[in-house]
Amino acid sequence: MKTTRVLAASLMALGLSLTAAKAADGHSPNPPRENWSFAGVFGKFDKAQLQRGFQVYREVCANCHSMTLVRFRNLAEPGGPGFTAAQVKALAAEYKVSELNDNGEQVERPARPADAWPSPFPNEKAAAAANGGKAPPDFSVLAKARTYERGFPLFVVDAMPFVGYSEQGVDYIHALLNGYEDPPAGTEVPAGANYNKYYDGHLIAMAKPLSDGQVTYAKGENGEPVVPETVDQYSRDVSAFMAWAAEPHLEARKALGFRVILFLIVLSGLLYYVKKKVWADVGGEVHGLQPELHKAG
Amino acid sequence: MAITESGAAKPDGSRRDFLFLATGAALAVGTGAAAWPFVASMAPDAATVAAGAPLDVDLAPIQEGQIINVFWRGKLIFVRNRSEKEIKESQDVKLTELIDPQPDSARVKEGHAKWLVVYGNCTHLGCVPIGHQGPYQGWSCPCHGSLFDAAGRVRRGPAPSNLPIPPYVFEGDTKIRIGEEGGKAVA
Amino acid sequence: MSAHGTAYVPKSGLAKWFESRLPLVGLVHSSFVSFPVPRNLNYFWTFGAILIMMLGVQIATGIWLAMHYDPSANAAFNSVEHIMRDVNYGWLLRYMHANGASMFFVAVYIHIFRGLYYGSYKAPREVLYILGVIIYLLMMATAFLGYTLPWGQMSYWGATVITNILAAIPIVGDTIQSLLWGGYSVGSPTLNRFFSLHYLLPFMIVGVVVLHVWALHVTGQNNPTGIPIKSGKDVVAFTPYATIKDVFAAAVFMIFFAYWIFYQPNYLGHADNYVPANPGVTPKHIVPEWYFLPFYAILRAVPDKLGGVILMFGAVLILAFAPWLDTSRVRSSNYRPIYRQFFWLFVIVCIILGWLGAKPPEGGYVIASQICTAYYFAHFLLVMPLVGLFETPNRLPGSILESVTGPGKQVDSGSGMPVGAAAAPPSKG
Repeated sequence: MKTTRVLAASLMALGLSLTAAKAADGHSPNPPRENWSFAGVFGKFDKAQLQRGFQVYREVCANCHSMTLVRFRNLAEPGGPGFTAAQVKALAAEYKVSELNDNGEQVERPARPADAWPSPFPNEKAAAAANGGKAPPDFSVLAKARTYERGFPLFVVDAMPFVGYSEQGVDYIHALLNGYEDPPAGTEVPAGANYNKYYDGHLIAMAKPLSDGQVTYAKGENGEPVVPETVDQYSRDVSAFMAWAAEPHLEARKALGFRVILFLIVLSGLLYYVKKKVWADVGGEVHGLQPELHKAG
Repeated sequence: MAITESGAAKPDGSRRDFLFLATGAALAVGTGAAAWPFVASMAPDAATVAAGAPLDVDLAPIQEGQIINVFWRGKLIFVRNRSEKEIKESQDVKLTELIDPQPDSARVKEGHAKWLVVYGNCTHLGCVPIGHQGPYQGWSCPCHGSLFDAAGRVRRGPAPSNLPIPPYVFEGDTKIRIGEEGGKAVA
Repeated sequence: MSAHGTAYVPKSGLAKWFESRLPLVGLVHSSFVSFPVPRNLNYFWTFGAILIMMLGVQIATGIWLAMHYDPSANAAFNSVEHIMRDVNYGWLLRYMHANGASMFFVAVYIHIFRGLYYGSYKAPREVLYILGVIIYLLMMATAFLGYTLPWGQMSYWGATVITNILAAIPIVGDTIQSLLWGGYSVGSPTLNRFFSLHYLLPFMIVGVVVLHVWALHVTGQNNPTGIPIKSGKDVVAFTPYATIKDVFAAAVFMIFFAYWIFYQPNYLGHADNYVPANPGVTPKHIVPEWYFLPFYAILRAVPDKLGGVILMFGAVLILAFAPWLDTSRVRSSNYRPIYRQFFWLFVIVCIILGWLGAKPPEGGYVIASQICTAYYFAHFLLVMPLVGLFETPNRLPGSILESVTGPGKQVDSGSGMPVGAAAAPPSKG
C-alpha cells in the first residue's frame, strides 16, 4: 500500500504545483460570484427582474445584439418574465417583420407573438460590417455559452448538490458589464478597443454599454424607484434576463427534478427492503469487502 | 411475478405482499411517468401551435365561381365564391338524398351564403378533390372517385362525410379570419 | 455449468407449440431466470444491468430526439435549440441524452475496472472480455459522433481534430479523411453522415451486447473470490435474487443520473458548444468530453503526430491483450496483495491522465502526461506479466459458499485444499 500512496501523493503534488504556477501568470480575474434567485435546487426566476432585464435589453443591447431564438410569445410563457398574452401581442405589433406576399414581393407586416425577436442587422455580414468586422454575439444562449474555470478542487465542489454552482456564465456577463475601467499604466489600448478587467485579454470591442440612469424603470406604487437605476442593477437584471433566454425551462426543470428525485429515493427504499426480504430466503446477502482483504496482506 | 409468488408462500405473507405490491405499483407508476415525456414530445410543439395563429383572408379579389386555396396550420382550405345558381341548387337538395345530411345554411355563415369555406382534403383518405368537376359541380376526388356538391357535401362515396368547415369569422363583408371563433383564437 | 436452476417447461398448448418451433421463452428463462449466479457478488456486479438500462435510455431518447433534429450544417444548431425551447419536454429528452452518455461512461468505467480488479478477463472469459472491449470502442465512436451533432464550436472542432487524427494513418489516412468529410473540410456532408452513423452504431452495440451476454452465459459469472462455482450451494437463481439487486442498484444509479439532468445539465459539457460552429475561429481550449480525456492526454504526451495516434489507439487496444499479459493464476485481486496495489496505482494514473487531458499541452503538464502514459503501458506490459510470476497470493477460500459463511460453518472446509485448476494458487511460495 505504501508505494501506491507515495506515488499518488507525489503525482498529486506535481499536479497542484502546476495549477498554482498557472494561476500566477497574468490572467483575467475570476468574476465575483453573485446571488441569483434562479440558482440552487429550488431556484426560480424573479419575474420583476426579468421584466426589467428585458427592458434593458430592448432599450440598450438590442440595438446591436440579436436574440434570434427568442420569440415574442416566450415572454408570456410560464417560467419567464410573466408578461400577459395581450402585452406581448401589443409589443410584437410595435415591430415590423418582412415576408413574401402572394406576388413574391417582400412586404412588411406587424410582428405577431409567434415571430422571432427582430435582429438589429439584416444578416451576420451586415452586423460584422457595422461593428468593426465582428458581429456582436447573439443573446439567445449566450449565458450558457460563457463560463470561466474555477480549477481544482472547486470544480468538484461545483458539481455537488446544494453547494453546486452552475451560474458561471451569468456571473461572467454581470462582471463584464461592470468590468470597464481605466487601463493600468503602460497598457496600450488601440482605437476601437476598450479595456475590461474581466474580458479575456482585456481588450474588448464593445464600448461600455451601460451608464447610471440610462434606463428608466417603472416606479413602485408609492412613486419611488423599486430598485436603483445603476449600472450594477441594470447589468444584474439583464444578466438574469439572458439566463432565462438561454434556459427558458429552468423553473420547470428544477421543479420536475425535485419530484423525480424524491420519487426515485422512495422507490429505491422500497426496492431495498424487497431485496432484503427476497435474499432472506437464502440466508441474506454478504455486504462490503470480502473478509479476506483484511487478513494477512 | 416470481417475486410475488415466492412472497405469498411465506408465513409473514401479508406484510411481504404489501411491500411487494407497493414496490410493484411504484415501479409501474414510475415507468408510466417516464413514458409520458416521450409521448408528449410527439404532440405539436410550441412553435407549431403558435404558428397556427388566426389567418386573415381578403375575399375581395375572389371572382364569382372562383375557388382559392389557403393554408392554415399547414392544412389546405378552399374558399369558394358561389354563384346564385350553385347556392340555389345547394339549398334545394332534399336532405334525405344526402349521405351526411346537412342543410346548406349549416355550411355557410348566416348572411354570407355566397362564401363557402371548407377544408380541402377528401374525408375518405385525404386527397385533394378537384373543383368544378363531376355531376354535382362541386368537387371530384381523383383518388377514389368521391363526389362533393357546391356546399362541400359528399354526394357519392367512398368518402363518409362532408368536407369539414374550419373555425372562421367574418370581419366585415370582404374579409374572413380563419382560426378564430367567438372572438377567440382556436387553441 | 455444474449448477443449473429449473429449466423452463411450457405449460399451455400454445406455449408448447411455440417453444417447439422457436425456444425463445426457454432461452430467456435460462438466461435471466434460472441462470445460476454466484451468491457472493457485490454491487460492482450490478453495473452490467445498469449499462443495459443506460443503453436503453440512450436509444430511446436518441430515437425521440431524432424526430426533431435536423442534421444539416445550417439547421442543426437551431434544431437542437428548437428541441430545448419548443418541443414538449424536449429539454428533458436532450439533457437525458447528453448526460446519459456521460452516465453510460461512468458505468462502463466502473464495469471495466471491476473486471480488471477481479480478473474477469482471465480464462475462460477471454472472448467475453474482448467483446466488452469492442463494445467500449463502439461506445467511444458513438459518443464522438453524437457530440458533433449539436454543431456548436466544440462539435465542429472536435470533428476536425479527430478526423485529422485519422489522417495520420500512413498511405490511406488522407483517403479515409476525405471519405469521412465528404468534402474538403468538415461540413454539412460530414454532419449528415455522422448523424447516420450515430444512429447506426448503437444498434451494433446492441448486437455485440447480445454476444457479450451470450458469452457470459456460457462461461458463467466471475465473482469476488475469482474461484469457480463448484456446487449448487455456491449459487442462487438469477431471478429473483440478482434481478431485484440489479433493479435496486439501477434505481439508485437513476438518482445519480437524475441529479445531473435536472440540476447540473451542462456541467459535463462545454460552454463553447453553445456557440454555433464557426470554421474561422477555434475555441481557446479545445478538449474532448471528460470520458476521452485520459486518451487525449496520451495523444498529446507524444510530440509526434503518428506516434501520438498510435499510442492513443494502443491504449485502448492493449486492454484486449490483458488475458494473455496477466500471468497470475489467481483471478481476484482480493488475494493478490502486490498486484492489488499496482491496480490502484493504475486507477489513480488513469484519473490523473484524465485531469491532464483537460490541461493545456505545455510545460509540466506534458511531462506529467508522459510519466503517466509510461505507467499506463507499463502496467499492462510489465506489471501484469511480472507480478503474476513473482507474487505469492493469499490463501483462497475453499468455495464461494465458504467465502460467504466463513470457513468454520462450512461442512467440508478443508483449509488450504486445492480448489480447482483455474483458481489454485501457484505452487511457488
